[in-house]
Parts: sequence; C-alpha cells; structure tokens
Amino acid sequence: MTLTTSRRRFLQGAAASTVLLVGMRANGVMAAASETTDINPFVRIDATGRVTAIVKHFEMGQGPSTGLTTLIAEELGVTMDQIDYDFAPSNPQVYNNLLFGTFQGTGGSTAMANSFVQYRNAGAAAREMLIAAAASDWGVDESTLDIVAGQITGGGKSAPIADFVASAVSQDVPAEPRLRTPDEWRLIGKEGAVKRKDTAVKIDGSGTFAMDFHFDNQLVVMIAHAPRMGAVVKSFDDTDAKGMTGFEMAKTLPDNSGVAVFADTTWNAMQARDAIVVEWDNTNAEMRSSDTIRDELIAGVEMGEATYQTRGDQIDTANAISGAAKVIDKTFYFPLLAHAPMEPLTCTIEPIADGGVVLHDGAQFPTFGHMTLTQVLGLPMEKVQVKTVLAGGSFGRRANPTADYNLECAMAFALTDRSRPVKLVWSRDDDIRGGYYRPAFAHRVRVGLDEAGQIIGWDHRISGQSIMKGTAMEPMIVHDGVDHSSIEGVADTVYNVPGMSVGLTDHAKATSVLWWRSVGHTHTAFVMESMIDMIASETDTDPLELRLSMLPGKTPAQTRMAGVLNKLAELSNWKAGAPDGQSRGLAVHHSFGSFVAEAVDVSGGGDDAVKIEKVYCAVDCGIAVNPDVIRAQMEGGIGFGIGHVMRDQITLTDGEVDQTNFPDYEPLRISDIGAIEVAIVASADAPTGVGEPGTPPSGPALANAIARAGGPRVTMLPMIDEVEFA
Amino acid sequence: MTRELKLNGQTISTNAQDGTPLLWVIRDELKMTGTKFGCGVASCGACTVHIDGEPTRSCQTFVEDVEGVEITTIEAMSKDKIGAAVQQAWTELDVVQCGYCQSGQIMSAVGLLAENKKPTADEIDEYMWGNACRCATYQRIRAGVQRAAEILEA
Repeated sequence: MTLTTSRRRFLQGAAASTVLLVGMRANGVMAAASETTDINPFVRIDATGRVTAIVKHFEMGQGPSTGLTTLIAEELGVTMDQIDYDFAPSNPQVYNNLLFGTFQGTGGSTAMANSFVQYRNAGAAAREMLIAAAASDWGVDESTLDIVAGQITGGGKSAPIADFVASAVSQDVPAEPRLRTPDEWRLIGKEGAVKRKDTAVKIDGSGTFAMDFHFDNQLVVMIAHAPRMGAVVKSFDDTDAKGMTGFEMAKTLPDNSGVAVFADTTWNAMQARDAIVVEWDNTNAEMRSSDTIRDELIAGVEMGEATYQTRGDQIDTANAISGAAKVIDKTFYFPLLAHAPMEPLTCTIEPIADGGVVLHDGAQFPTFGHMTLTQVLGLPMEKVQVKTVLAGGSFGRRANPTADYNLECAMAFALTDRSRPVKLVWSRDDDIRGGYYRPAFAHRVRVGLDEAGQIIGWDHRISGQSIMKGTAMEPMIVHDGVDHSSIEGVADTVYNVPGMSVGLTDHAKATSVLWWRSVGHTHTAFVMESMIDMIASETDTDPLELRLSMLPGKTPAQTRMAGVLNKLAELSNWKAGAPDGQSRGLAVHHSFGSFVAEAVDVSGGGDDAVKIEKVYCAVDCGIAVNPDVIRAQMEGGIGFGIGHVMRDQITLTDGEVDQTNFPDYEPLRISDIGAIEVAIVASADAPTGVGEPGTPPSGPALANAIARAGGPRVTMLPMIDEVEFA
Repeated sequence: MTRELKLNGQTISTNAQDGTPLLWVIRDELKMTGTKFGCGVASCGACTVHIDGEPTRSCQTFVEDVEGVEITTIEAMSKDKIGAAVQQAWTELDVVQCGYCQSGQIMSAVGLLAENKKPTADEIDEYMWGNACRCATYQRIRAGVQRAAEILEA
C-alpha cells in the first residue's frame, strides 16, 4: 500500500461528529460539560479552541506524540503550545498503520513514514472546514482566509477557531484538502521550532505509565514462570504463601505455562510468588545449553549447501573465489539478547459496567492485545477497549505476535470472578529470564580478492532461528521459505558486490525469539561492515574510499548511502582522522528506508583498555520532521547498539537462562560512552525510519575502531570476552 | 504496626511491615508513582529518592530504617531550587525519551549538584554511573547537569 491510497477513503469514512464530553482538564479539574468536537478521527477541538491530536502510535520515547502532533499543528495553523495529544483507542479500521494493512500497531520504524501524509491531510481538512464555516458566516471567499496561530484570519477579519468549531463539522469534508507547501512550513524540519510534547510529565513524576495504574480494589498478579522454555506446570505448593500478608490465591494458568499468584499489592505479590514451589514438567522443554546452540549455528554456516539460496549461485561464487589471489574467511557469532526496557512488562484489565473490559497498556500492537482479550475472555470486539498509556521503552519487546503479557493478564483475569481489576506485573528477573530474545545468529563470509585487490567473489552464509515463521507475520515477511528478516542488510545490500551469493539455513527453535531494535540488521550490518573494513585493511585502502567505490551511484539508494558517508566525512573531519592517541572506525548501513553512517573514536586498544571517546553520525531519513527528535533517536540507537555488542548476552545452561537482572545483563552506563554528534542530510524525500536505523552501524563502527587501534578483530560477540573496556 | 514517616515535608503513616522496601510504600501504599520500579536490586537507579538529601535507592531501603529521616521524591522537585533548575535544563535540552528512568536521573542529578556546583563531565559520569537509561539519553543527561549548574550560577 502506498502512503496516499487511503487519503480519500479516510476523509470520507471519518464521519465528522460533535460529541458532548465531560473530561478532565490537564490540571485535574473536572471540565464542566465542555463541548468537544471530533473534526475527524485525528483532530479534536474543544469549546475554547484547544486542539488535541489523536496519536495512533504509542510513545516509547521515539517521539510520535511530538511528531504526529507537529503534522496536525502545521496544517491546521496552530502553535505547538495550542495543541495537546492523546493516544488513539484501539480501532484498526481507523487507526491502522497504513503499512500494516488493517492492523493498528507501531513497529519497523514506520510511525512517521506511514503518518506523514495522513496526519497532514487530517490537519488540512480540519483547517478547510473551519475556514469554510468562517467564510460562510463572514460572506467572504474561502481562498482569502487562512489559520495562523489558532486565529482564522483574512479579508480584514480575524476570529479564534473556537468560534467556528461547532459550525465547521457541518461543512463538506474536503476530499483533497490542500496541503501546505514546504515553503510555508513553520514547524516541519525547522530547528528549534518544536519541543517534545512528553517532556513535562516525564520530569515531575506525573506521567502515567502502565506500571503506574492503580485501582483501589485491584488484584496484582505475578506469574511463576517456567525456568525453561516449553516446560509446563506439573503441580505447585502454596502452603507457605497462605497466611502471608495480602496473598489472595494461586492458580495454574489455563495453558499450564505458569502459576498466577494474586495479592493486594505488588510487594505482597512478589513475596507470595517467591513462597510458592512449582514442580515443572520438562518433557517438551528446551534442555540444551547455549554453547550447544552456538555450535549448531556455526556448523550451519560451515557445512555444505544452505537450505535457501537467497542470492546468486554458491557454486559460481566458490569457483570465482578458488581463483582469488587472497581470501578473507571469517565466522561471526551473535548471542541471544534481551530487550530489557526500563519499565518491566505490565498491563491492567479493568472490568466495566457494560460487562466489557478495558486493557490499560503501553500498547505497541493494540490490535493483537484487543483480539487476544476477546478470545480469552469470550467477549465481542466492541466490549474490549484498549487504552494506550506511556510505555517505558520497548525496543521491540512490547510488540509481540503472541501478545504474551496481554495474554497472561487475560488468562489471570479469567481465573478470577472478573469483578476486580487485575494488574499483571513482571519483575526484572521475569524480563531477563522470560524469553523473547533477539535470536542467536552465525554468519560465515569468504571474500575473494584478485591481484588488484578487487572483490571477485563474496560467499555469505547465515544461520539462525527465524523470527517470523510460525507467527501472524509469516505471510508478509516469509517468501519461498526465506524469512527476509534473517537476511535483510546482506542479500539486499546497497553496495555493488561482484560475485555475491547468500545462503540461509534456518536453525530449529531453541528459544522464543522476537524482533529487537533493528531486527536482522542487528547482525547483518555488523558482518557486512566488518568484512568491508577487513578488505580495506587487506588492500591498504581508505575505508571510506573503499565504501564509496562500492556505491557508484547506480541506484538512488547508492547515491544516498554515499551521501551520508560524505556528510560523515565532513562532520568528523575524516581526512584529519582521529585525535592523537585515538583510532577511528567507520560503518554505514541502510535500514527501514534510512541511511546512517557512523564513526567511533576510541582510545586505548592493544594492551590498554578501550574507551569510546566520541561518536559521529550522519543520517538521511528523508524530510526531517523533528530534527532534534531524530538526533535523539540516533544518539539512543547508537548507545543501545554499542552497549549490547560490548558486553551483553543471554546464555542457557541445560535450558535455563543464566542471567537474572541488570547486574549480569549490564546496561550501557553513562561512563561507557562519550559525546555523540549527529548531522542530518537535507532531503526532500518522504520521511523514513529513525527509531531503529541508528543502531545497526554502531556495533561494527566500534569493532572497526578497536581493530584499527591494534586490538583484536572481534567477530564473536559480545566483545567483552576479548576486549577490556575502560 | 503503624509508623510515621516524613515525606516531602509532610508526616504520613504507614502500616508496612518490617522488610518492606520504601519503594513499595511510596508506590503501592501512598500511590505516588513518580518513583519507578526498574530492577528491585539497586542496579538501575529508577527508584532513586533522597534520604536526608542523599540520593538513595528506595528498592533496597527498608521502611524500618527510614523513621525520622527526611524522605524526598521527584514529586517535590519543582519546589526545590536545584530540582527546578534540573527540570528546566531537562526541558531546554529535551533530555527524555521513554522517560521511565528520568525521575531517578533527576534525583541523582540534584544530589550531585548539591555537593558539586560545577561538575566536570568525568565527575558527572562517576556520580551518575548507577542510573541506567536503556534509551541511552546519557549525553543529554551530561549536558543537562551542566546546563542546570549554569542556571543555578546565574
């Protein structure tokens, strides 16, 4: 689906209506039956002229509460101070992600990409209806009017939009509202014009995350989870929990995946859960250790033919390489990784008077949560509401085709008499040990170079557990057996790579796996960019020049990728190189429609501990709607990527996860990383992703810096096994 | 048993049993949710409050140990001179992303500025080490502390 196909349909489908609402003002005072008008599903205006953008994407820090609000404000003609935001209810007919079909959800760095035209249309339609109402009242031509800073202005007249909200809704809904042209933009792409809309509530403790929900009569439920993937409850003993303060009951979940422990408060639920002894049936449990899984994955890229030949012909490539003057042959390994968002997983199911329920959740995929509740609780769609609140990070974890924690909460709720709200709380230990990891992957690459140092063959084999197979995502992303997310960034590389073949061998299910910020690019970018740096070293070529030579501008993507490299060269003063005593590593990657080049300067290396002194980043994400949000996403994406390649992994011993909490799944700390400087390439192309694309180049840029500093060439992650960090 | 605690300048009573972390008294009993639960083992700093002005992890501070001391949470920071400066700096620089760790970051930043009016980048790193941010807003936190120092100096 293109971004514009639904434009007309949405405007026609958006039956403008006036509704009388009683709502809470921002200051908590009950507003006295103030009239609030839904001009269309995305624009609400109250009687005082205060505008609310209805934001269909959840806020995990990546910025849509600011970005989509910016689009409405720009087109409507209000200042950022005259507009608030609210999260959309679950309604996939109206609030679907236009790139996901009839499905409401946030992911794949698509929030701005799929909303850019839709939200501008919504704001422009509201503007034209307000203007039509004023023009009719004033007896002037609509074309003489505009809305500026919330005032309808023109023909010598001026009035606040509040005066015409009621009459605007009876105007014809414009099928093709005029969008403001870039030369008219006051907000989009303007440095300093927009501040984050979610800052205020995040610095004074007033913001509501799902963890902050509290109902006076609620039950808190924690789940005693199986220590091994696939184990089920055989029996449990709650003798010691009985009589504990606040303990209510313990029951086995209907799917036997765990024991639900109910109490009156979170702390009491934690205490009671610890007191319950569960006997597990390990018949179908994963009993292997991660060392075994690692050996299997590496064997999967070492041996014979790959299951799927996704690009080129392996025999032709092997023949080409057999005649090479020099062969670089490297095997890479990427461990399981946890997402570990700051807010542990949690949601609340609240029964309401009509016999239905409300799910309060930092809902990344409201549609899956919605459907899951209807199925588990036997309710029709209209009896389930999903109310989205702030999410304390996600990195992919809150978007799950199995809706796992919503499902747990629904099963727990179904074990009660359904009269009291049930709040599910995961601890950090649940989060680290509870599965849904970035799958482990192995790559082996053999690159053949001729006498002149030119690439004549690139034999690339990948093995890992598919993220998409067996999920609702399979029809969209798996084609001819190939899970595109396993090979993205290699098989579709932007570079000119002569004689390239790419083979994929799926690894049998070892753990529950899930996309993790930047999905397949978490490993594919590391391999591609490490290999290219090794080629540059081997051929004594400048690593930036080598990359540019592989991007001769034969496609728009090659031109844009070269563009970010050149921007990075300028930003980092590439020719002068790293400061004295430091070494610089480079990487560039294309993901989620965007192009990002990064350079990492490190001190140390060789015998000295490595310290990340500075990171440079150049990004081309099309039109930069909110430049400072984009910079923040690059900074965060870099930190997220670097922290994990440095020292994080989830390992299994006889099927049990070894790590338990942050002390042994150590997050990146402030002292680990120096300043990050970001430059945005000016562009008139449609906006593309920013939440994920900053992550892929960060790991290989660090690896390349360490190798150039005289440290090891790390191909087996995490780095901590081979590299000492300061 | 009922205990009296001094929190944000007020006296409040709690029935929490010995061994109950202060975090859960604040969140579950007092329904003040600005102080966050992140790890429960004093490893992430999301639950940071001030005990007699000193940043302290409330998830590993027990109710029986805080009788008679001054407990301060994020909810009181706008009325604190340093707290208000830090909040202003955080706003100017748009430090937050998901925001879940930021209450704790701000409580630690205020503690730092109370004892060091003009911290260097290295001093900030050393002091703030225990406050994890999975969104990695670290460079803005660093800049935010230094900006708050400027605001306070002016």
